[in-house]
Amino acid sequence: MRPIWMEEPTPPEKVLKAGAIVLVLLAVLFPLYVVVLTSISTQASVAEAGGLVIVPHGITFGAYTDLFSGGVVTRSVIVSTGITLVGTVLSVAVTVMAAYGLSRPNSFGHRPLLFIILLTFLFGPGIIPTYLLVQSLGLIDNFASLILPGAVAAFNVVVVRSFFMNSIPQDLIDSARLDGASEFRILREIVLPLSKAVTAVIALFYGVGYWNAFFNALLYLNDNGKWPLQLVLRAYVLQGQPIPGVNSVQQAAANSLTGAAPTLAIKMAVITLAVIPVLIVYPFVQRHFTKGVIIGAVKG
Amino acid sequence: MSWRAKLRRDWPLIVLTAPAILLLLVFHYIPLLGNVIAFQDYSPFVGIADSPFVGLDNFQRLFGDPTFWHVVLNTLQITSFQLVFYFPVPIGLALLLNSLMGERLKTFVQSVVYLPHFFSWVLVIALFGQMLGGAGLLAQVLREHGLATFDVMTNPRTFLLLVTSQAVWKDAGWGTIIFLAALSTVDANLYEAAAVDGASRWRMLWHVTLAALRPVIVLLLILRLGDALTVGFEQYLLQHDAVGASTAEVVDTYVYYTGIVRGGWSYAAAAGLFKGLVGLTLILVANKVAHVFGQDGVYRRA
Repeated sequence: MRPIWMEEPTPPEKVLKAGAIVLVLLAVLFPLYVVVLTSISTQASVAEAGGLVIVPHGITFGAYTDLFSGGVVTRSVIVSTGITLVGTVLSVAVTVMAAYGLSRPNSFGHRPLLFIILLTFLFGPGIIPTYLLVQSLGLIDNFASLILPGAVAAFNVVVVRSFFMNSIPQDLIDSARLDGASEFRILREIVLPLSKAVTAVIALFYGVGYWNAFFNALLYLNDNGKWPLQLVLRAYVLQGQPIPGVNSVQQAAANSLTGAAPTLAIKMAVITLAVIPVLIVYPFVQRHFTKGVIIGAVKG
Repeated sequence: MSWRAKLRRDWPLIVLTAPAILLLLVFHYIPLLGNVIAFQDYSPFVGIADSPFVGLDNFQRLFGDPTFWHVVLNTLQITSFQLVFYFPVPIGLALLLNSLMGERLKTFVQSVVYLPHFFSWVLVIALFGQMLGGAGLLAQVLREHGLATFDVMTNPRTFLLLVTSQAVWKDAGWGTIIFLAALSTVDANLYEAAAVDGASRWRMLWHVTLAALRPVIVLLLILRLGDALTVGFEQYLLQHDAVGASTAEVVDTYVYYTGIVRGGWSYAAAAGLFKGLVGLTLILVANKVAHVFGQDGVYRRA
């Protein structure tokens, strides 16, 4: 509610504000709408629109059945999903454990250990030495190269640690310690159940990072049979390469007309595949941003 | 308490911290030491241990290389452009969001503007291409109306504008979060007092709202300055070929192409190390300046 002493905005100001909000919303949502709609449009309606479809005509899921009939895209979705699941579980576990381990004031050695973590903020190792390390560990063409180098983000450790220190009642932990509970048990049975919000947020950060990973895959995977979805997206949508393994009537028709470029609907379907997991997970986690998880950490 | 007693009490905490420390030691600190190849004539066939040391030769070559300075200037140009045309956008957007009265509308708009932050660069560039590119929606509509089309995705002259709009689209919404946090802590009494004193809404915006945001703005400016040679990497790598190297090359892509693509390992490592050292210096200096002006900066002297 507007407090009584606050002036009412003038009508032109209100119109300007509403216009700005609508513009911002459209700028984000309209491209997504067009892409998703085109991905489920028939070849005929794409042809009629002369490209991207704005008004729905014929709807078909043909592009998706083509993409999931095996081949490069199917494989890349499996790779990306696997990397994301394994990576997120590993990163969240390691981060939460470290954050808890460093959350007790005055514990033995916590200062130097925290320093090791914080120092990574100030100076990055650089692309070249990191590449040489991954290579010398024999991780080229190994999926571990997409997970291990970035498995711990210092920022997330700091966020979770400050949540543990400021938002978990210290008495609860102290009395559990007096009762002789192990630290691991305290973490699992007392601290974690109270920290679902912050855990969800960092899981989203890590998960999105793994799902979106492009450069590590470009660096470390020479074998394009192992490509995650983002590399496939670049090859087919940004570079317009043909998609091997997509053999459908629609694609064959397009092949005979235009050479071998994937149809627009198929391209848009690949883009949609890259967006969908984010769109599904995001709403469940998003409300925690405003609940002060990150905000508290940023302030602290 | 003696350190022995402390250790006996706290060792399980150290065990819990160990995996993270181990991962950072292996994948952060060992490569950090690997920067020693910047002072060598490194060859992958010989290895780091046996490659000959050449002192500062790589840096000498680097500083005498006009291509490198072109790349540095290019990067700084992008940074300065975005300081003016990107940096204020999240502040303005946060003020707009903060002025919304309906709580539900505000939450909805917030969740929409945060969303693109979670998209990959490949995706963002693909979306821009589909909307504004030569075969995109805009060109399609222009063509239908018999108008001339243009392709911003491949035009070197509009590249600055393109990358900045992409950055705004992807991250300006997410960038509001820290300003909204600062705004939520502003004491409503200050507005009331200002209103009683007869301040107009615009004066309140200046004297109360923006005053409250000042520490955050200073902090973010420091971080941005420390990162002056970093403008994003994947975004430029992905558009490198479309607009050409002379426009899209930034320090990070230069390191990637000279080192990994062309095999000039030591030379590229020198360029990367130079960039890291400049960043470190900038952030320490900027922080010092913030202290002089009575702001907290990134860290405080304890």
